[in-house]
Amino acid sequence: MEQFTFFILMLDATARVSVPLILASMAGLFAERSGVVDISLEGKMLGAAFAAASVAWLTGSAWMGLGAGIVASVLLALLHGWASITHNGNQVVSGVAINILVAGLTVVLGISFFRQGGRTPQLAREERFLPLEWPGAQALADVPILGQLYSELLSGHNILVYIAFLIVPLTWWVVYRTRFGLRLRAVGENPEAVDTAGISVAAMRYRAMVLAGVLCGIAGTYLSTAQSAAFIKDMSAGKGFIALAALIFGKWRPKTTLLACLLFGFLEAASARLQGAFNVENASGAMAEFLKGLPFLIDALPFILVVLLLAGFVGTAVAPKASGIPYVKER
Amino acid sequence: MIRSIATTVAATAFVASAAMAQDIKPAVVFDMGGKFDKSFNEGIFNGVSRFTEETGIEFGEFEVTAEAQREQALRNFARRGFDPVIAVGFAQAPALETVAQEFPDTRFSIIDMVVDLPNVQSIIFKEHEGSFLVGVLAAHASETGKVGFVGGMDIPLIRRFACGYAQGVKHVNADADVFQNMTGTTPAAWNDPVKGGELAKSQFDRGADVVYAAAGGTGLGVLQAAADSGNLSIGVDSNQNYLHPGSVLTSMLKRVDVAAYNVYKTAQDDSWAPGLQVLGLAEDGVGWALDENNADLITDDMKAAVEAARAGIIDGSIQVHNYSDDNSCPS
Repeated sequence: MEQFTFFILMLDATARVSVPLILASMAGLFAERSGVVDISLEGKMLGAAFAAASVAWLTGSAWMGLGAGIVASVLLALLHGWASITHNGNQVVSGVAINILVAGLTVVLGISFFRQGGRTPQLAREERFLPLEWPGAQALADVPILGQLYSELLSGHNILVYIAFLIVPLTWWVVYRTRFGLRLRAVGENPEAVDTAGISVAAMRYRAMVLAGVLCGIAGTYLSTAQSAAFIKDMSAGKGFIALAALIFGKWRPKTTLLACLLFGFLEAASARLQGAFNVENASGAMAEFLKGLPFLIDALPFILVVLLLAGFVGTAVAPKASGIPYVKER
Repeated sequence: MIRSIATTVAATAFVASAAMAQDIKPAVVFDMGGKFDKSFNEGIFNGVSRFTEETGIEFGEFEVTAEAQREQALRNFARRGFDPVIAVGFAQAPALETVAQEFPDTRFSIIDMVVDLPNVQSIIFKEHEGSFLVGVLAAHASETGKVGFVGGMDIPLIRRFACGYAQGVKHVNADADVFQNMTGTTPAAWNDPVKGGELAKSQFDRGADVVYAAAGGTGLGVLQAAADSGNLSIGVDSNQNYLHPGSVLTSMLKRVDVAAYNVYKTAQDDSWAPGLQVLGLAEDGVGWALDENNADLITDDMKAAVEAARAGIIDGSIQVHNYSDDNSCPS
C-alpha cells in the first residue's frame, strides 16, 4: 500500500514537471509541422516567464500575467517568423539569436524595473495560479487506490496543468481533423503544392508561429507564476531543449510526443527520488561513485535517447520534409 | 583664476584624504549566483556596501556570468590598480591562483576557498558547525522525524553543510531520517528554483516536514515549496527568515558580510594580513537567525537546546565532523 502511495505521488510529480515540456513541445509541433524549425522554444518560454511574473506582480492578477506571458511569447514568435519566413533567414540561427536575446534582455529589464538583480518581486498567493481542490478530494483521500488516484493525482493541480493536458487532444484534432491542419501539414511537407493551390505559404507559417507563441507563453507563465513565485534569470533551465527532444522522440505526432514528455518528466521525478536512495556506504569505491552519479545520468537520459533515436537504434524519426527550408516562391 | 581655484580645491581634497585613513581602491568579483541571490553573494554585497556607506570609498564590482570571465575580471581589477580585490566563491580559486601570481603587489582575499600565496588571504567558514545548530532546530521542529536537505551544486563545500546538518539532526533524534538532494553538477544548479522546489516536494512526499536549503538562488524555490505546502524550511548564508514569515524556521547565518567588510576595513587601516582565516561558531562567523519573523516557531526548549549545542561545540564537548577532512560523512 505504501508503495502504491509512493507511485501515485511520483505520477503526481511527473504531471507537474511535464507541463512546460508538453506545452512547449506542442508549440514546437505546430512550428515544425509548418516547416519552421523552432530552436527558440526556450527563449519564448523564458520571455513569457518574465513578462508573466512582472505583470502579475504589477496588476495583482495571475490571469493578467498569463495574458502578458502570451503576448510576449507571440511577439518573439513573430520576430522569429519575420526573420525566417519573410526574410528567408536561417531558422536555426534566428532561433538561437532569440534564445540569447531573451536570456540577456530579461535580466537587463528586470534590473531596471525592479532593482533586484534581474529577479522579479515575489508574488503573493492571490497573484499566482494555485492548486484547485476537486470536490470531495479530502473525503476520498483515505479510500484505497481509486480515492487516492482521485485526490492525489487528479485533484490538486493548478488550472494550467489541466489546460496543458487538454491542449494535446486539441492539437491532435487541429492538426489531423481540420482544413487548417491539413494545410499546415502540407506546407511543412511540400510548400510548392500548397502555393500552387493558391494558399499563401507565408501566411500559414505565420499562423503556426502565433500558435507556437501562445503555447510557449502558457508554458513560461506556468514556470514563474504557478510552479514558483517569481522570475529568476535563466529559470527555464533547458526545458525548451528537452521539449524539442521530446518532439523528435515523439516523431512530430501529438500522442507520442505527449508520451515522450511524460517519460522525460517521469525521469526527472525519479532522479529527484533516487538521490541518496541507495546505501552508498556498503558499495565499494567505483560502484559507490556510480550510484552517486546515477541520478545525474538520469537527467541526461532524454538527450541520450534522442541521439540513439536519430542514430537509428530505436525506430526512425522522419522530420517534416520542408522543415528548416525557407520557402522562396519561383518567379 | 578658475584654474588656480580648481588646483587649490584638488590639492585640499588630496591633503584631506591623505590625512584620514589610508586611501584604498577596493573591488569585488561576485560569483555566478549573482549579486542579489538573497543569500551568499548578497551577503558579501551588504558587507562591502556597509563599508562604502561608512567611508564614502566606492568599490569596483563585477558579476561573473560565465566561467571564463572569472580570470578576466580579477586581472582587469588588478591591472587597473584596484586593491584589495575580493574573489567570492570557491570556484574562483584557479583563476585567482593565476592572477595573484601576475600581480604580487595586489592584495587579494578569497572567500570559501584556500589559495596559498603570499598576497592572498583565504577566508573559510565552519559551515558544518552552523549547520549542526539548524539541524538541532530541525529535529526539534519536525513532527514526522523526517527532515530534508536540498543542496545546490554537488561539491564538497555543500556536502559539508549537509553533513553538519545531518549530525545535528541525529544529535537530537538518532532515528531521524535525513533525505539529501543535490540540484545538479554544474554552476547552473545555483539558479534553478523550479528544480529546487520539485526536489523539496519530493522530500515532503516522503514524509519530511522541515527542509534545509543550501543552494543559492535555487533555495528560493525550496523555501517557496515549503511555504506553499505548509511545511517548514531553513534558509542559508543571509538571514532569509523574512521571505516567508511563519514558514522559514530559521536561517543558517554565514557572516560573509562581516568577512567582506573586514577585508576592506583592515586594508584601509593597514592591518590586512595574508594567510588563512577560519571562522566558526567561536568567532561568530556562523550562527543561526532569530528575529520577529520566526520568533513564534522557536520554542524556549528549542532555544535552550540550540544554545547548549552551541556552547558544546565551542568548548569542544561536541565534535562536529567536517566533511572536507576525509570526504565522507559518519551519519
